[in-house]
Amino acid sequence: MAPLLIWLLSLIIIPHIDMFILSLQEKVAPRVYETGFSNYAEFFTEPLYWNTFARTALMSILATALTLLIGFPVSYYIAKMVRGRVRMVLFLLCMIPFWVSELVRTFGWMILLRETGVISSFLQYIGLTDGPIEFLYNDVSIMVGLVYTSMLFMVVPLVTTLDSLDNSLVEAGYDLGGSGFRVLRKIVIPHAMPGIVSGCIVVFMLSLGNYLTPVLLGGKDSLWFTEQIYTQFITRFNWEQGSAFGFLLLILSSLIVWAGLKISRQTLSNTMG
Amino acid sequence: MIPTIPQSRAFKTIYAGYVTLFFIYLAAPLVVVSVFAFNDSLFPSLPWNGFTLDWFIGDGQGETYKGLFHEDGILESIGVSLFVALMVTILCVFVGTCNAFLFERENFPFKNALYVLMLLPLVVPGIILGISILVFSNTVANGVEDLLGWDLEFLRPGLLLVVLGQFSFITTIATLVISARLRKFDRTLEEAAMNLGASKWRAVRTITLPYLRPAMIGAGLIAFLMSFENFNTTLMLVGSDSPLTITMFDRLREGSTPVLNAVSLFLMLVSCGLALINIMLQREKHD
Repeated sequence: MAPLLIWLLSLIIIPHIDMFILSLQEKVAPRVYETGFSNYAEFFTEPLYWNTFARTALMSILATALTLLIGFPVSYYIAKMVRGRVRMVLFLLCMIPFWVSELVRTFGWMILLRETGVISSFLQYIGLTDGPIEFLYNDVSIMVGLVYTSMLFMVVPLVTTLDSLDNSLVEAGYDLGGSGFRVLRKIVIPHAMPGIVSGCIVVFMLSLGNYLTPVLLGGKDSLWFTEQIYTQFITRFNWEQGSAFGFLLLILSSLIVWAGLKISRQTLSNTMG
Repeated sequence: MIPTIPQSRAFKTIYAGYVTLFFIYLAAPLVVVSVFAFNDSLFPSLPWNGFTLDWFIGDGQGETYKGLFHEDGILESIGVSLFVALMVTILCVFVGTCNAFLFERENFPFKNALYVLMLLPLVVPGIILGISILVFSNTVANGVEDLLGWDLEFLRPGLLLVVLGQFSFITTIATLVISARLRKFDRTLEEAAMNLGASKWRAVRTITLPYLRPAMIGAGLIAFLMSFENFNTTLMLVGSDSPLTITMFDRLREGSTPVLNAVSLFLMLVSCGLALINIMLQREKHD
């Protein structure tokens, strides 16, 4: 009991409360503070902060949707279309990016996408373009990186739930005259729902809290909210503002996770445990 | 859409093609990183100037490049990362095992609420865990300084905070891994040991802990790897000694040389090694 309580209290609960208290401090003069909501007011009145926040949330949702769309057919293929050894190998291949540091993966995308990079050189070589093209430092490159980073966390729960779907149910759907699309919509997707939800939650959290991918693939103007937090803390040394931002991000992520769980009627213990 | 149901040839081909494309997408960045570690050029990009091992073993004298094994900054940060990862692993496995016993064996008030709290670090973005611990340790350090006049250096950003920050969420994963195995344990074995006269502690030590060992090693490997690779939480808590990921990040922003490819390849090999060990452990468990 003791280790659990020490861990939870001293590293999770109290620090978050302390961060919340700090976020309520207003600097009125050097080393003089008052309690109030000005840091939060600052967030709502300054359009840059507000826009970054909304942009981060929207991009994360988009990244989650894309990951689901790209990952679902692959998971289905692994779970249902192949058997035995091939299946083992494909599944392990999906895991490899997880075992490799995020930094290495992002670095790989930088080499591929940059102006002097592999894809640009290849396009010149086959004669599609005359000059080098910069693929890096735009929203698409951030998206590519985000989807890549989080793919595994979508594929693993999907494969697990799809695997438990009894093949005879799919066959029954066809026997009763359902088309392929209809079987997918009425049988496969409802069955895979728990996997879809837990995958989406994890992917969303990862995208929202990501710092490396937007900074390295998106360049200076990537406007990611975690970047704002970092700037407030480290560059501008405005911890009060940074804490307020951190807390807002925490609220946003909790709200979306909560909404996801409510819509799908799952609980946190079921999805994560 | 399952093998027993006939599908048109075109559909099958397209589907297989899509899956192939997907795996190319997965592999592409890792492959280019590895390949350019051997390019005889100052930049990790085309054109291909020929094969070289300089980026690993070159000493920067004369014609050669300064390779990974002579880059003191990077070697030092690998050392820092190893130290942090080792600390985190020990702490996580210990606390994870305690938590697993607690949640699987005991009943106590607010058990469900505590269980949800225990899962929470998984859904808190890493950067927020980092800043909250930074803020709290700073409050404590300032409080102690104001009250007692001691300057507690170890509560300022540095390795201790990095260890604690990583520990705060990796423990959850360790707990889940170890709980999963403890749940399958047949308790009658422990009771048998106690019937034969063993004390409770002795029964746990000679029967239950050996049974849990694969899960504990597995959790330890995962903890080690996650700590070694962690970036978000570490970034906020790091002091003057930077772990490998932070050093690499700084270098990447300055402009990269193939030394970074060499480090990346090295990291990939280590991770794959650990992953293989983990998979083999899982196999043994089933036998």
